Amino acid sequence: MSLSQQQVAQAREQAQRVPRMKGTLRWRNELVGFGFVLPFLIAYALFLLWPVLLGLRMSLYNWNLAGGGTSAFLGLGNYQELFADANFWSALWHTILFTVLSTPFLVILALALALLINRTIPAKWLFRLAFFAPFVLPVTVVVLIWQWLFTPGFGLINSTLTAIGLPTVNWLTDPHVAMISVVVVTIWWTVGVNFLLYLAGLQQIPQDMYEAAAIDGAGAWSQILRITIPLLGRITTLIVILQVIASLQVFSQIYLLTTGGPDFVTRPVIQYIYETGFSSYRVGFASAASYVLFVLILVVTAGQFTLLQRQQRRGA
Amino acid sequence: MATQSIERVVHARETTATDQMKRKFTNSGIFAILLVLTILWLTPLAWALDTALKPESETTIFPLTWLSSHFTLQAFASTLSTSDLPRWYFNSILTSVVISLVTVVLASMAAYAFSRIPFRGRGVLFWIILAGIMIPGQVLIVPLFALMQSFGFVDTYQGIILPQIASPFAVFIFKQFFDGIPRDYDEAALMDGASRLRVYWQVLIPLARPAVATVAILTFVAAWNNFIWPFIVITDTKMMTIPVGLATVQTSYGIRYAQIMASALLGGLPAVIIFLFFQRQIVEGLAGGLKE
Repeated sequence: MSLSQQQVAQAREQAQRVPRMKGTLRWRNELVGFGFVLPFLIAYALFLLWPVLLGLRMSLYNWNLAGGGTSAFLGLGNYQELFADANFWSALWHTILFTVLSTPFLVILALALALLINRTIPAKWLFRLAFFAPFVLPVTVVVLIWQWLFTPGFGLINSTLTAIGLPTVNWLTDPHVAMISVVVVTIWWTVGVNFLLYLAGLQQIPQDMYEAAAIDGAGAWSQILRITIPLLGRITTLIVILQVIASLQVFSQIYLLTTGGPDFVTRPVIQYIYETGFSSYRVGFASAASYVLFVLILVVTAGQFTLLQRQQRRGA
Repeated sequence: MATQSIERVVHARETTATDQMKRKFTNSGIFAILLVLTILWLTPLAWALDTALKPESETTIFPLTWLSSHFTLQAFASTLSTSDLPRWYFNSILTSVVISLVTVVLASMAAYAFSRIPFRGRGVLFWIILAGIMIPGQVLIVPLFALMQSFGFVDTYQGIILPQIASPFAVFIFKQFFDGIPRDYDEAALMDGASRLRVYWQVLIPLARPAVATVAILTFVAAWNNFIWPFIVITDTKMMTIPVGLATVQTSYGIRYAQIMASALLGGLPAVIIFLFFQRQIVEGLAGGLKE
């Protein structure tokens, strides 16, 4: 819809006559404005805020799914039991291990791919598609394909290893390897998002900065080190923040690949929460575990955002 | 100083010939590295397709081969006719479409008010909603399930849909976009006597089409791929979405690899098609989220 200059001018004129009815207009604005926000607000309060509060309340009770409510107030009892449970600590450790192992690859590989593809090469779109395509697949599809690749004996990976004379590996059942396999699958599945974000960031760097550097005799490598990477600093921080938040909530691919095994060595916190809540029906206890993870994620995020702000201030 | 810079330019010119050769060389090196990585990246998908096209009896022959005596669509056909996959498609399409439609409407309405209508508490409300971006979704599964249970929504479409419709991030994207549209357009329409609802629907939403597309597509793909929530709220096989349903095929098919790969590829197909069609919106949407 386009409006002529005249109409706009007319509207401005009319707008100047408005003050007379300012009182009613104000009152109407209050009502209409709130009316527009209300539908979202109801959904937001019911399905986001309320569960946050309900979870906190549940974590203080011996809450039970079958009874559908409060049975006995425990105070901090659930939390005490949680902190004394070695299984919780090991699940938390697996989540952190997963995050620490996967994040560097998911960031550095994504950056490397974006830098390589950002150069003028033919068939850019094909490369972009190849690295991003796995990300749009549902986790179950990814896992079904990789389980088939990892199959002992006649799986593609082990057959290839046998063909070139190397010993085969029990990718998902060897306790020393299972977590690495999970990380490999995760990198294949999700590196594409970070890669796209980096590509978008690279396009925002003005071309003349490179030209100026080239005239000053800077080679391609030193251009990357001195211009590109520093200018991508803010995006890198953001990618790391998003990555860490996502990784600390890891569940689906591990649960589907290994069910947390072998012998629980890959079981992440969310699976611990899922199992205590939905297999043992101890939802109060599971809520306490959820809250500990919630606070951990908030603290990590807040810390990273502080870092980001400091970075921005330095940049400004 | 002027002569110095001229010297530099001359110096730079002199080296361009060798530079160009060098660049050509590194570019083909980069191309080779990328090609290897790309092949590596596509191998799992290619192998899945290869397996799905083989007759079941040839999937586990040793030594493995990419070839087959006769490629066939048998695995796809029997997957579609014997499993609940068509039903899961229906469930996934229905819930994902409703989720993305409702998300777009709720978020854009709220964003319109935050961007255009001065009302008391606007700033505070906006911050409360923005803070919601920080709430990690997976952490809420236990209380959310208890809530859905008390509503009687376990094993229903409402149970899948409702917890996925309030997206603070979508409000944020719409607010950013509306803020970038000159106020003259909608103020003129208001002065002509149009109601706020008409201005929102007939002026701002058409102007914000790129934001609508971005939010709708990203929400659709996220809903389509969501595993953990439908996995928790659905136990009835008939009500499952594709990601949850597919998790059950492995056990029900035993070791029929061609059929498992066929169902995996069929399950992944819609998301890939959507990506191919809306590549630009998805990329811009992801990049736009980074800007502020």
